[in-house]
Amino acid sequence: MRIDLEARGTRSRTLEVAAPLIALAVAILIGGIVVALLGKSPAQAFHVYFIAPLSEVWSLQEVAVKAAPLVLIAIGLSFCFRANLWNIGAEGQFVMGGLAGGAIGVATHGMSPDAQTFWILPAMLAAGTLAGIAYAMIPALLRAKLGVSEILTSLMLVYLAERTLDYFARGPLRDPKGFNFPQSVMFDDVARLPFLMEGERLHVGVLFALIAVAIGVVVLGRTLFGFDVRLVGSAPKAARFAGFSDARLTYAAFAISGGAAGLAGICEVAGQIGQIQPIISPGYGFTAIIVAFLGRLQPIGILLAGLILSLSTIGGEGAQISMKLPLDMTRAFQGILLMCVLAADVFTRYRVRLSFGSRA
Amino acid sequence: MSPQILELVLVSIVMAATPLVIAALGELVAERAGVLDLGVEGMMIVGAAAGFAAAIESGSSLLGVAVGIGAGVVLAGVFGVLVIFMAANQVATGLALTILGVGLSGLIGSGYVGMKRESIGHLDIPVLSDLPVIGRLVFGQDPFVYAGIGLAIAIAWFLNRTRGGLTLRAVGENHASAHALGIPVRRVRFLAVLFGGGCAGLAGAYLSLAYTPFWAPGMTAGRGWIALALVVFASWRPFRAYAGALLFGGATVLQLHAQAASIGLPGQLLTAVPYLATILALVVLSLRKRRGSIAPSSLGMPFIPER
Amino acid sequence: MPEPQSPSAGAPLVSMRGIVKRFGAFTANAGIDLDIHAGEAHALLGENGAGKSTLVKILYGLLEPSEGQILFQGAPVRFANPEAARATGIGMVFQHFSLFDNLSVAENIALVLPRGESLRNLSQRIDDIAQRYGLRLDPERPVWTLSAGERQRIEIARCLMQDPKLIVLDEPTSVLTPQEAEALFATLDVLKREGRAILYISHRLEEVRRLCDRATVLRAGRVVGACDPRAETARSLAAMMVGTHVVEVRASAVEDVGPERLGLNHLSLPSPDLHGVTLHDLSLHVRAGEVFGIAGIAGNGQDELFAAISGERLAGASDAVRLDGTCVGRQGITARRQFGAAFVPEERNGHAAAPDFSLMENAILSRHATGGVAGRAFLDLAGARSLASDIIQRFDVRAGGPDAPARTLSGGNLQKFLVGREISRSPSVLVLNQPTWGVDASAAAAIRQLLIDLSRAGSAVLVISQDLDELFEISDRIAVIHDGFLSEPRDTRSTTREEIGLLMGGASMADVTHAH
Repeated sequence: MRIDLEARGTRSRTLEVAAPLIALAVAILIGGIVVALLGKSPAQAFHVYFIAPLSEVWSLQEVAVKAAPLVLIAIGLSFCFRANLWNIGAEGQFVMGGLAGGAIGVATHGMSPDAQTFWILPAMLAAGTLAGIAYAMIPALLRAKLGVSEILTSLMLVYLAERTLDYFARGPLRDPKGFNFPQSVMFDDVARLPFLMEGERLHVGVLFALIAVAIGVVVLGRTLFGFDVRLVGSAPKAARFAGFSDARLTYAAFAISGGAAGLAGICEVAGQIGQIQPIISPGYGFTAIIVAFLGRLQPIGILLAGLILSLSTIGGEGAQISMKLPLDMTRAFQGILLMCVLAADVFTRYRVRLSFGSRA
Repeated sequence: MSPQILELVLVSIVMAATPLVIAALGELVAERAGVLDLGVEGMMIVGAAAGFAAAIESGSSLLGVAVGIGAGVVLAGVFGVLVIFMAANQVATGLALTILGVGLSGLIGSGYVGMKRESIGHLDIPVLSDLPVIGRLVFGQDPFVYAGIGLAIAIAWFLNRTRGGLTLRAVGENHASAHALGIPVRRVRFLAVLFGGGCAGLAGAYLSLAYTPFWAPGMTAGRGWIALALVVFASWRPFRAYAGALLFGGATVLQLHAQAASIGLPGQLLTAVPYLATILALVVLSLRKRRGSIAPSSLGMPFIPER
Repeated sequence: MPEPQSPSAGAPLVSMRGIVKRFGAFTANAGIDLDIHAGEAHALLGENGAGKSTLVKILYGLLEPSEGQILFQGAPVRFANPEAARATGIGMVFQHFSLFDNLSVAENIALVLPRGESLRNLSQRIDDIAQRYGLRLDPERPVWTLSAGERQRIEIARCLMQDPKLIVLDEPTSVLTPQEAEALFATLDVLKREGRAILYISHRLEEVRRLCDRATVLRAGRVVGACDPRAETARSLAAMMVGTHVVEVRASAVEDVGPERLGLNHLSLPSPDLHGVTLHDLSLHVRAGEVFGIAGIAGNGQDELFAAISGERLAGASDAVRLDGTCVGRQGITARRQFGAAFVPEERNGHAAAPDFSLMENAILSRHATGGVAGRAFLDLAGARSLASDIIQRFDVRAGGPDAPARTLSGGNLQKFLVGREISRSPSVLVLNQPTWGVDASAAAAIRQLLIDLSRAGSAVLVISQDLDELFEISDRIAVIHDGFLSEPRDTRSTTREEIGLLMGGASMADVTHAH
């Protein structure tokens, strides 16, 4: 059997939209088979994963809250991936952002009641964003100056970030009155992200994600910088001919993705968690890679993809409780989904022909 | 340092180096054929989980190893079909493979957490294995260690001395030319990728069957990524990969000893040593390069023949 | 070794019958019949895109015909792959060498030997072949250290190792100096005398007349004629290839040459990588109103020179590159464009244009800093669209409108768009690298005319080209680049192809002058 690929002349819009949907359907099918192999009912699993979380206001909000960091990080990553820069260390940039911003939250804990406090939250957000940018600059600099593969360095830096956070949560930032629990004090209310509505779960971080989507649409489609990003990814030599600098773009794309991840990190710490803990991310930085690709590296697509992945994560937690399905099921499903998306992408670029016969 | 302790340290360095070098050698072959497979970590951890589960169920270590290798080959096969025959992006697909592998290993291993089994035995030759310092180092290792060394020699010989090796290098060097000469580029690449997967699975099985020996989620702890770095560090040469692995093994072992001796540094810093060392190694390598490009010229580029 | 036969006598060695090859909707070969006899040199003529390469790839087992049959010595054969073709007795020398830069000469040759054949006495066998056919080779050298001529010798030796009955050569002289080409012809004469058949693809008609006994002419995938090339003129052959008479380029005499617009002043630039060429102390002055040609064999520093002039690579000294008297050596390509310079690199898809981007976006690519298509931060999409439409219309580009991706255009049309993109800015300096490489004859003629017209309007035009015919047709002065050195320029009217050819081969100016 032989597989032949034949480039399509112009791409079909319908196919571009249909491809990720078909990929999603195929991934769900494969996931169902895995569930059946584990001896559970695929139909029930489908319901728990994808329907149940949508049926209550509470869990709908949860989907949005969990989607926010995914979308924010993935929008940032889309700038890198489009430019063929492989920042796979968003998880580390997320952690460093959460740590740096959170440190301010710890330091300002219990300030005298008549002190000015309006600056604390903005300072935390700024510190988180800057820490994410700074951390992302390490692989960017190594690549631009020395030609070191950013894939390996950014990933190694995730392990370093996790250990750094662990050290601070157990050491300098630990709550001295916390019975030796490895966590900091709870932040004061002025150091917490405000909720969008009283008594609900949606916090301002969700808004940041939406703003990021809007910015992404404008920057990628309408600006010279966005043109540069797309051009470098599509034809690097042509980008140099157009007069764009490789190094400058590397810094900019890493700064954007690192900043977005750092901001997502501090939003998680100042929003959901409210203190520094040894682990602050359930792997948002890695899941966001899937979100970016499932959304075809386009801002609106990323928004939808973030919601779908968030849905499956929350569904996975439900499935763990109600069906005793291991949490790893979710991660395995996400891996399968990413594979299907990448395979589907091939069909949008090429006509795939199978031929049978002896010819090699 | 007494001879006994020195011997112990050296033996443990070689043991720590073994999974790295086995995985790195497999990746090296795939990369020499022009395919960048970032899924090493994923294939390795599935190899560890599947190998351990099979060994527990069957009671046979040998079967465990075989299943570990088989798991790596199957995952590599999926990757290979996507990137070689369907020209999917190699970096993204490799990442997907790792994410998938980590999840899959959790599923496979979920029933086996906390179980222990006897480690695969060490060679024990009377007299020779009892020689001071070098006795256990040379004559008292487990079979994987010898397999790792054998693999390095075999791959070096294959790449540089055989027709098959020449063909494989040609494919990685310039796939258009290779195709024009009638070399089945995609088939050669697919086989190289499968071999890489088998090696990653073997390395994983070593971890869960001989090194620890138990299954724990996330137990590969980035070794697959370090193996990838080793290939670059070794300039795509098998023996250099072995030397590099010993260096990394050394860093890991020293870190463990430093922790045991509680020398006052935070434990987190010490456990971070292998990752820091990886970054440093890549930086050092980039500083002393300039001796021409050594990476296979077609590395990472998909090949689409017209027919 | 096959017995010598008189050409064209008896049954053909190879017959291709009714060969059809379709790629999707495109038909590259539309029913081609071709007979090749032992001991003859058979020319396959045709423009770019006529279907020559497709046909020989089918003959060599690289492509599978959609329809049709190949007979070898009267018996039908099907080649599943080149290995099968080689085993039957067909060898091929590729236009773009199928060599491996980082492997040695011997390793490159070993790759095509049949499976199971021993590599033991390979060096000895290479030596034997080299001796017999005058192909000097050092088996241990890595290929990247060799010149184009030496590389071709490897290809030929590799082909001869299997004692082929038919040897296919695809544009073999396109990378050779005239003198190297003569050496190749001598080798080919030996092969012919040994009774081997040669299928010779070229668009250089003088060569074909010199070497070949018969010619088959292809146009748009069909056979449009067969003839004895020695009985034809280059002009009549060209007419057969193109179908109509090619419009000749009108090069009006240079009336008055103005001041220098582009100057290089002792430009030296080390090679960025191991396989590149270092530029040594290049000086050159292109004046308003002239077309200046730079000849040379591929890989002698043309790409490096282009990058240095365009600003894709910066020179060490600011005064190494001058535009209208301003020193720009340390400024990038954008600044140089703003000073009025424009550039057309050799590689269309991937360098001059992004293949997956629309023509409208490709218009932005080189024009974003000179107004009309983008501001400081935002794109002007309406402006870009109208610019692309203008270029399409004014330069007669056949394309599906400004939204068509660049890769959907034919080579000639894309090149017209890219040259038009630069000329429509009325640049004071235009630099082009291989402007008509792989472009059909009518588009090539149109482009050459545009260059002459631009220069006569007061711009300076620098053309880097491997095509000597082109340079003699359009340039006022010619210099030769060899191994990173640039010769003194010569007035086109007072030099000859032989003289330029010697310089291309590395002879010094003194040698050449002495030979007069």
